[in-house]
Amino acid sequence: MLLGPCGGRVFHTGGLRLDVIVDALAQAIGLITRLDPTLLEIVWLSLKVSLSAVAIATALALPIGAAIAVSRFPGRRAVIVLLNAFMGLPPVVVGLLVYLLLSRAGPLGHFGILFTPTAMVIAQTILILPIIAALARQAVEDAWNEYREQLQSLGAYGWTAALTLVWDIRFSLVTAVLAGLGRAAAEVGAVMIVGGNIEGVTRVMTTTIALETSKGDLPLALGLGIVLVTLVLLLNGAAQSLRDLAQQRYG
Amino acid sequence: MGEARQVPGDSILPLRLEEVSFVAGGKTIIDRVSLTIEAGPRTIILGPNGAGKSVLMRLCHGLLEPTSGRVVWNRPERRGEPRRQAMVFQRQVMLRRSALANITYALKLAGVPWRERERRAYEALERVGLTHLAKRSARVLSGGEQQRLALARAWALRPEVLFLDEPTASLDPGATAEVERIIEAIHAAGTKILMITHNLGQARRLGDEVVFLSAGQVKERASIDDFFTAPASAEAEAFLKGELPWLYHDVASPASAPLRLRR
Repeated sequence: MLLGPCGGRVFHTGGLRLDVIVDALAQAIGLITRLDPTLLEIVWLSLKVSLSAVAIATALALPIGAAIAVSRFPGRRAVIVLLNAFMGLPPVVVGLLVYLLLSRAGPLGHFGILFTPTAMVIAQTILILPIIAALARQAVEDAWNEYREQLQSLGAYGWTAALTLVWDIRFSLVTAVLAGLGRAAAEVGAVMIVGGNIEGVTRVMTTTIALETSKGDLPLALGLGIVLVTLVLLLNGAAQSLRDLAQQRYG
Repeated sequence: MGEARQVPGDSILPLRLEEVSFVAGGKTIIDRVSLTIEAGPRTIILGPNGAGKSVLMRLCHGLLEPTSGRVVWNRPERRGEPRRQAMVFQRQVMLRRSALANITYALKLAGVPWRERERRAYEALERVGLTHLAKRSARVLSGGEQQRLALARAWALRPEVLFLDEPTASLDPGATAEVERIIEAIHAAGTKILMITHNLGQARRLGDEVVFLSAGQVKERASIDDFFTAPASAEAEAFLKGELPWLYHDVASPASAPLRLRR
């Protein structure tokens, strides 16, 4: 397979016949059921990159969100507005900024990590950190308003109170983390720019779908699309079940 | 529960409020209140809605800081030290864990060694009749059960002072009677009771003295009998007239109505 948008047959939307689509779909399902190595490799890298980004972003965002929720400081409202606004950061802009940071001339250029999975993890971490932090902030703050007097009455202050709170709403926080994961797994702009979409190195599901579609290699694009949508559905289903279970057990 | 652990002079009581005011959003909610709360008698805080009863209680309990004036305990409290006062709110906040774990959590904060926590928690649950629900998640209990659990949690801490902010406001008569029984028992075990209530029958049943609050000021402090039979302040009289019109308007009331207030 050649790299680049001019590497294959180019289909124009109007030129696609139904039988071509059906044929591509059949091949796509074939790729999935045979566990095609190329497909698996791409799925695996996607998961690695996005899960790493989620792990790092969660570790940073939960304490940040919780701290903003329970503390009072000048400029707090501005920070919250900013955080909420950053939930909608355009992935391409994040990609561009990380690209500039990591490019040879950039401040972090000497690490030489541009066009590596590490760069992709960094970009996705930046992209989803505000999402997890903002959602966590809201959840912790709601809980804090409810619990504050009781916890103070019992003598729980500062970190003790914050930890109690975060533990008590852990199932709501899972939702925040999954929102971050969904965003990371589905975005294409940031990883495309900082990863470069290099075959076998930095190709993930979304960038491959974008590339293969423009090349006209529909089976792989469709196969990855099916896997991606299935993963997102499974994640959300799992999250919902977890919340239901928690609601049932803990109220 | 062995309560008699207080050496005289070591007690956190009496509690003194010195010219305490609380202002929020430009509105004076508590207006230069001076009050001494002694160990012993059960103190009922009465007053119309908006008189500042809950705020006064929160100032005493340290949940709010006075805008001016001082709240002084005989033995000052320090952060990090186990609290020797507890509060039961109108609406309880239970953690998302078992009834038992809600109590052991409070005991942990109170510095009780972990070996002792479970035993003390079970003891408290038994006293409020919730042993069979110990492992049930606290949040799925009924309102009355949650309120009893809150009392058990407070009781397990063996506080010197227990604040109660309308503890039966949203309960049915059966649950209310149970809660009143528990409050009596906590008092009998040596804990000072300070309670806000809108239920005047309950005030008579549970109270020894009344602190009457109106518009953020203490208008009257009297024994429970004196307060109900001969209120000294115009505000208290107006309040009682509003709450218990049949005591004051002979025509409209059946003769037996005042008896409803008797124990």
